[in-house]
Amino acid sequence: MPPSLTVIVDSFPYLIQGAFFTAGIVVCAMLFGLLLGVCIAVGIVYGPWPVRFVLNLYLWIFRGVPVLVLLFLFYFGLFTYLGLNFSAFVSVAIVLGLTTAAYQANIFKGAMLSLPIGQFRAASSLGMSDVQAIKSIVLPQILRISIPAWSNEYSIILKDSALAFVIGAPEIMARTQFVASRTYQHLPLYITAGIIYFVLTWIGVRLLFKLEKRVRIPGYSDNGANS
Amino acid sequence: MTEAKFILEVDTLNKSYGDNTILKGVSLTLEEGEIKVLIGPSGGGKSTLLQCINCLVAPDSGTISMHGKEINLKNKKDLYQLRQRVGMIFQEFNLFDHLTALDNVTIALRKVRRMDKGAANKRAMFELEQVGLGDKIELYPAQLSGGQKQRVAIARALAMDPEVLLLDEPTSALDPELVGEVISVIKALAAKGMTMIMATHQISLIAGLARNVLFMENGIIQEQGSPKELLGAGKKTRTQGFCDRLSDLDGEGS
Repeated sequence: MPPSLTVIVDSFPYLIQGAFFTAGIVVCAMLFGLLLGVCIAVGIVYGPWPVRFVLNLYLWIFRGVPVLVLLFLFYFGLFTYLGLNFSAFVSVAIVLGLTTAAYQANIFKGAMLSLPIGQFRAASSLGMSDVQAIKSIVLPQILRISIPAWSNEYSIILKDSALAFVIGAPEIMARTQFVASRTYQHLPLYITAGIIYFVLTWIGVRLLFKLEKRVRIPGYSDNGANS
Repeated sequence: MTEAKFILEVDTLNKSYGDNTILKGVSLTLEEGEIKVLIGPSGGGKSTLLQCINCLVAPDSGTISMHGKEINLKNKKDLYQLRQRVGMIFQEFNLFDHLTALDNVTIALRKVRRMDKGAANKRAMFELEQVGLGDKIELYPAQLSGGQKQRVAIARALAMDPEVLLLDEPTSALDPELVGEVISVIKALAAKGMTMIMATHQISLIAGLARNVLFMENGIIQEQGSPKELLGAGKKTRTQGFCDRLSDLDGEGS
């Protein structure tokens, strides 16, 4: 076996551990972002102007500053300043979660604005409170509409998570670099890392597409159903 | 002050958007079992008036009372109560797209009335059968025709046991051949004594159903009276003129 292959075979379990670490961060960040993003979108679409102002400011900041800067800002700056001793995993999950929340909020906001206002009116006319209408009528529909865009966001955040290696998180990129610096087999190792990212992206996007199909509302166009 | 003779009283409602005044001090009263029909040109304030009556659009001023008791429109609880007692049918149906016909009817029963699922389903089945859709309960709005959608919307409103039903041009968005099925549901409601205010351009509904016709233009009720008074032979009312023009357009003749 050529040395390049030997290195890959030997280091594969070590790299796969990094893949689990990466997947863990991304799942946590995406779910955190989902929760926060929905709240932000509801606030921006239905809230009074001071709420809208503050939330829009949030969107501007987190969409306007590079993830790497935010990572340093929070990990070395804010968390230390506040005396919070978060692990690399938690820190990265929080920063990526806060970032993706801003993008996800915009996805949900767009979906909410595309929903005909009449359905909200109809819910109100039946005596539903605004909160009930948002929970029972708006959210079930906009979450469905948002799945394709959310799947995009997943693939972006997955790859952004590679930045975590700069603060020493033992994820795919960090582990690959560690092995490469010792064995000098850069080419095969980084190809392997790339393939691992590709497979993780593929799995997530596939699962989300299955979900999209499963919750599709009957009677709507099936265009793109098999893409 | 007022004996509870009227199920619903609306007093000097005003509404404007910026410089554009939509309602100029509109008042009306409704007795139990009475059917009033609102007619008039588009932009005359019919829809806004109906939406103000159950506060989907908040009026700038004016009062709304039910059974002689004024509703405090600033109080959210009172507002939600009012809306449960006043049902609304929209021109565009406004069904909840993600729910089956059955769940469109049950959702408010479960969330607002806190009924359990079995009881809500039973009630919804009854209402859907009343509008002739007992065999369509599992279909989604996108799988229904316009007339079927509007009938689901009517079942949905009726399931809340409203004391008054507001209908905002219930047949205007329908293909001509589907108008009949919705009209017959509305006529059946009338026969059962449902109290209604309906905005419409459908002349057959005006003549056949209304006890009172209100002709609305420029945010004011310009004329009101029985169909006979306003539309009887030889009457030179503005309502008559408006209906003649409608008939000409429809090719119905009069």
